[in-house]
Amino acid sequence: MPHDDPDHPHSLLPSDPALRVKALETILTAKGLVDPAALDAILETYEEKVGPHLGARVVARAWSDSAFRDRLLADATAAVAELGISGRQGEHVVAVENTPETHNMVVCTLCSCYPWPLLGIPPAWYKSDAYRARAVREPRKVLAEFGVALPEGQRVRVWDSTAEVRYLVVPMRPEGSEGLDEAALAALVTRDSMIGTGLPERPA
Amino acid sequence: MTTPAQFDEPWQAQLFALTVALNEAGHFGWTDWTAAFGAELKARGAVRELDGGADYWAAWLVALEGLLDRSGMAARGEAERVRADWERAYLATPHGQPVRLEG
Repeated sequence: MPHDDPDHPHSLLPSDPALRVKALETILTAKGLVDPAALDAILETYEEKVGPHLGARVVARAWSDSAFRDRLLADATAAVAELGISGRQGEHVVAVENTPETHNMVVCTLCSCYPWPLLGIPPAWYKSDAYRARAVREPRKVLAEFGVALPEGQRVRVWDSTAEVRYLVVPMRPEGSEGLDEAALAALVTRDSMIGTGLPERPA
Repeated sequence: MTTPAQFDEPWQAQLFALTVALNEAGHFGWTDWTAAFGAELKARGAVRELDGGADYWAAWLVALEGLLDRSGMAARGEAERVRADWERAYLATPHGQPVRLEG
């Protein structure tokens, strides 16, 4: 829109939800309940720093360092803190490892609890009613829709996240990845493989 | 791998940050928040299946407004009044000028 458009002499009006959020922000900062600097810091963290690349680093470390893997499975919150990753809501992270016998898959049936510090903001499908309802009821069918076909003998275990406990799936290290360094391994770890709705990529 | 865009619209990011900031400042527990938000999602999902995109953030906003109203941190009437103030400020500010609330 040109700045001198006579039909739009005023500023472009934000959407209704945008105005409502602005109103809350105005009230809460005026009352001193929220510090604008803290808001900016959170925005910067989630828009620029946090994302699945952090979870991928954790998985790659677990694949290449068995002592770290053991610590991760014993106490994931402490283990990821070794890599400088920590949660904001004091949530407890639990790592669940895929094996030839068990494939793990994560859902939150209540809302969309998710290991944000490791994976960022969840994708829309994770927040959808369809996934939240069906992941528990018919996980194999949901996996098939994601293009994941598991061997007959591998059972599926579904973990329901809560406000206090967030799960991170540690997928199985793909065949042919021997000799790759951590950075190359991390590049194979997809977001969905850490939710359990996908598998890591195979090395080229 | 590349990191996908975290939010579809800036207000969703603002809303998310506001909620996290309130929790970090100790104004409500995260469990209180997820209970309120879960209830709102459930109520909406009973009417129409939610796709997890725009409707998810719409439910988040209503849940936070409700929680802040009940706790008195931002009463509904006050929130509506300030929203109207912002709307007026946008309509009264020439395009290209920074929009500010009076007073």
